[in-house]
Amino acid sequence: MLHAVDESVTPIHIHDMTVAYHKKPVLWDVDLAVPEGKLVGVVGPNGAGKSTMIKAIMDLVPKASGWVHIYGKPYSRMRQAIGYVPQRESVDWDFPINALDVVLMGRYGHVGWVRRPDKIDRELAEEALEKVGMTDFGHRQINQLSGGQQQRVFLARALAQDAQIYLMDEPFAGVDAATERAIIDILMDLRARKKTMLVVHHDLHTVNQYFDWLVLINMRIVAAGETRDVFTEDNLNKTYGGQLTVLSEAAQAVAHHQRGL
Amino acid sequence: MPIISGVYEVIWDATFQLVLLGSLLIGATSGTLGAFAVLRRRSLLGDALAHAALPGVALAFLWTQSKALPILLLGATVSGVVGVLIIEAIVNYTRIKADAALGIVLSVFFGGGIVLLTHIQRSEVGNQSGLDKFLFGQAASIVRADLYVMCIVSVLVMIAVFLFYKEFKGLIFDAEFLSALGFSPRVVNLLLMGLIVLTVMVGLQAVGVILIAAMLITPAAAARFWTDRLHVMVLVSGILGALCGALGVGLSALAPRIPTGPVMVLVATAAFLVSVLIAPRRGVLARRMRLRANALRENGQHFLRAYLALQTQDKQEVVLADLAGELQLPLYRVRRLAKRLGRDGWVNTHNGACSLTKLGHKEADFVVKSHQLWEYYLVYRSILEEDHVDRPADEVEHILTPEIIEQLETILAEEDIDIVGDIHKAHSGYRRTGRDE
Repeated sequence: MLHAVDESVTPIHIHDMTVAYHKKPVLWDVDLAVPEGKLVGVVGPNGAGKSTMIKAIMDLVPKASGWVHIYGKPYSRMRQAIGYVPQRESVDWDFPINALDVVLMGRYGHVGWVRRPDKIDRELAEEALEKVGMTDFGHRQINQLSGGQQQRVFLARALAQDAQIYLMDEPFAGVDAATERAIIDILMDLRARKKTMLVVHHDLHTVNQYFDWLVLINMRIVAAGETRDVFTEDNLNKTYGGQLTVLSEAAQAVAHHQRGL
Repeated sequence: MPIISGVYEVIWDATFQLVLLGSLLIGATSGTLGAFAVLRRRSLLGDALAHAALPGVALAFLWTQSKALPILLLGATVSGVVGVLIIEAIVNYTRIKADAALGIVLSVFFGGGIVLLTHIQRSEVGNQSGLDKFLFGQAASIVRADLYVMCIVSVLVMIAVFLFYKEFKGLIFDAEFLSALGFSPRVVNLLLMGLIVLTVMVGLQAVGVILIAAMLITPAAAARFWTDRLHVMVLVSGILGALCGALGVGLSALAPRIPTGPVMVLVATAAFLVSVLIAPRRGVLARRMRLRANALRENGQHFLRAYLALQTQDKQEVVLADLAGELQLPLYRVRRLAKRLGRDGWVNTHNGACSLTKLGHKEADFVVKSHQLWEYYLVYRSILEEDHVDRPADEVEHILTPEIIEQLETILAEEDIDIVGDIHKAHSGYRRTGRDE
């Protein structure tokens, strides 16, 4: 490391992490120290390893090398500190379960093996549903929810985890405008409460508006730091290099950015 | 009445009660575990397990010369699990996909089992062994000692399901999230698979290796039709399984040469078919009725729009034949439609013509307005809030609720779009199939 990292105040510290699927590396030599209390965007093209990075932090995929520390400790001792919003497509929404039960799953980590969620857990789950504006939908079977509502349920489940750090995999994918606003409001609120968020994001146009910190990634970290320093045409070229359609989108986004929009 | 007294005798027979209890337990256990197996999409695993268990039963007998159930089931379990592990190895280390791997292992093990079984049947010790009962199941071969084994295993399985219900639910719905919470999905999965193995094994004797998987799958599949809650599904499936077990044994007891397994499976399938048909919401009939109600509503709305299009200032009625022309429907259907709308209190019919009631006018205005608003909206902003709509536009206009209409109006007002003109003239064809614009 070029500069020392004070690990006790660093929510996520990744050192020399390489992740491989079937021996083919998808993420190389990641070094990253995410500062506390920031809303951090993770941006890069498809197949850049954005989800992989998030999953590797939580040991959901094996690391070929390197380590991750959460507030200076290994992840296995800090699970409770992390809340997770997976991609919406990762589950079967026809599963026989209602929205409140899904949110209640966020409490399982606190509840532990074999024991049942109690009244307090239930209240916390209802509270989380309320925060995402889904109180009236708690008893709705999950396949009777719209895509945006399903995403809100996933967010509520993570809120019910009551964590310090939130890892979110494309929470804005395929949601309606109202839900996007609702979600971003909640993220801002979490930031105000000193929570740290790592959010995989696709829409370059909103990067500048949403995130105060940015990680550009394409199988390796291209750049990471304050959005205003990192979100440049040059960096986007490096990240999306060769992908013409995205490049023009990037150029447009940067133009917006530089005009101060 | 010989049959009745026959039934009476059978029911009070101690052996029969034993057998009945055994099948009840087996049905309940396989129904309960089946719910999880089906939702986890592992139901065929039960099939592979059961078929692969056959050589184990035969080998256990050959080795020990004993036909004590625990020994046979131990052999069955070992070879069943070996079969499943081979399937996994094939999937992991070759390019062969799961279905082919399952087919290969299932048939090879079953074939081997049949060869061994035939060999045993022909040997001197073997022809009395009753091992052939393991093929199709014979609940009547259950003896008291077997029942103890079944009781213990079933109760253990049920307790485990009760204890780890939350973990199983988490595993099946979102294994990654469960892992992120600190539960090892591998351990939970192993636990669930272990319980499925136990369930299959304990049912082998009564249901047989060929059909036991059906007792795992069918009650669960039927239960899914009745509920959207996991715990209800598990309960319904368990109870259904128990009923199928009991009924199967009862029916086959009346004709003692019929093996119990097939009868149980037929009973379960009957329950499944009934569920598919009449279950509320998910059932085929409920679905048909919903579609029909939608179609009726659509036709009614088309009727009202056509009426407004045809009515003139001076005459407060429209000839049905004209409506038929406008709607491009045969006259008899328009008549039927008018009659139905009359029952709703929207239309008065008299001498081949009809007029709208006050209520009918109100509804017609709403229909036209929603149609028009929707068209405006589609034109001015091509995307709608996903909350409400993700169907083709022409379907959508029929399901717009007053709340959505209100919202549309607000949005259009915000965007400064003027909705002008006489709404009574706003009609643009009566699309029945849509998609052609």
